[in-house]
Amino acid sequence: MSLLSVENLELRHGLLEAVRGVSLTLEQGQTVALVGANGAGKTTLLRALAGAHRPSGGTITFDGVDITRRRAHECVRMGISLVPEGRRLFGNLTVEENLLVAAQRKRPGHWNVETLLEAFPLLQRLRHQRAATLSGGEQQAAAIGRALISNPRLLLLDEVSLGLAPLAVDAVYSSLATVIAAGATILLVEQDLTRAVSVAQRVVCMLEGRFVLEGRAAELSREQITDAYFGLQRPAGVGA
Amino acid sequence: MTSEPVLEAVGVRRSFGALAALDGVDFAVGPGEAVGIVGPNGAGKTTLLSILAGTIAPSSGTIRFRGRDVTRSGASTRSRLGIGRAHQVPRPFGAMTVFENCLVAASTGGGLRRRQAYARCIEMLELCRLGDVANRRADTLGLLGRKRLELARALATNPVVLLLDEIAAGLTDAEAAELVVMIKALRDGGLAIVWIEHIVHVLVQVVERLVCMDFGQVIADGEPQAVMRDARVVDAYLGSAAA
Repeated sequence: MSLLSVENLELRHGLLEAVRGVSLTLEQGQTVALVGANGAGKTTLLRALAGAHRPSGGTITFDGVDITRRRAHECVRMGISLVPEGRRLFGNLTVEENLLVAAQRKRPGHWNVETLLEAFPLLQRLRHQRAATLSGGEQQAAAIGRALISNPRLLLLDEVSLGLAPLAVDAVYSSLATVIAAGATILLVEQDLTRAVSVAQRVVCMLEGRFVLEGRAAELSREQITDAYFGLQRPAGVGA
Repeated sequence: MTSEPVLEAVGVRRSFGALAALDGVDFAVGPGEAVGIVGPNGAGKTTLLSILAGTIAPSSGTIRFRGRDVTRSGASTRSRLGIGRAHQVPRPFGAMTVFENCLVAASTGGGLRRRQAYARCIEMLELCRLGDVANRRADTLGLLGRKRLELARALATNPVVLLLDEIAAGLTDAEAAELVVMIKALRDGGLAIVWIEHIVHVLVQVVERLVCMDFGQVIADGEPQAVMRDARVVDAYLGSAAA
């Protein structure tokens, strides 16, 4: 049984159909990259999986349980954590305090403040620093740490490299490699295709609320993804 | 573009604090030409459109309309000169009818007198397929209806050049196809069009030239298919292949 199964999901923003009947499965331990242009529906899909956006149609099944109507805090308890675009840390709290807030809803598992700080030396160094004073890359590492401390079974990452300097992106992806090596299941929204493909086994490309291309990361060419991304040539019979 | 530009930006820069949203942009559209502008989030596309429309002033550089320097002219003056704009998120006067919304644009934005304004509105509402709902309140329209009204309002100002900001966003395939037919007809009627759109496959059905921006600069300008396969453009969207 797949860890996550999405069937014919539809999501709206008022009058706008943001996601138009997409279906997706994610296996335990798998990392899938979700790419697509601005407005393709990636963030809305991630928010729906985290219980932060109520679907207008379709179903989301997590570990065999229908979570389509579950709220965000219930999804966290079930083991789904979202790292939102823009990080959204508590700026007045230190890195450690941000981790402790998230730890209030933690599930049993490997990750706690001490194991996190041990696994991410960057966070150890910043432990007592206020989040608002961190650089973008440091904030991103702290946001990933905050999501991990709940011991999620599924980690949803939204644009982790957006707005970061290349060195900071290197540091964030180095943190991600640690998380992936520990067996995490990840759905990653990422604009930087090269980065995404470096960690993902599968790539799914979204265009105007639909999946227009999906396949093994190693087998898709940059040209195939580019054409799907821009809708220059619509591949027949792919996606829902 | 071979003829004298109808609308032109020369060496335009615009900063917001430390951020250079536009960093020395040269851009021109000729009479009757349809140009698309693409680029990743934050590239400066909407800032450029706003500077062309006069809702934002450039930090430096010049805007010319039909050879006349309009850099210091506000949006209302430019609208009356013939620069029309349709916004990404339509915000009609909800309590007014579709026709009244259009009339406000024709009279205040286009400077047309009563009878001319009425005639222009009727023509544009028919063109935008809103004739049947002209007397309905604007807040009863769905997304496509609001997009059509946004277009009709821009056209009611009697523009020489039409600036379109992501008007296909959120439409279904059939609705986008209908919009394409409408904009093609405007182009074929001789209207100059500058269209920002993320939905590239819709855009390339209408424009003959595509400009790609990234980090406030123009990085490619030319035939649409060639621009979208330009390595710099692909890298701008998807990250460097060599990273």
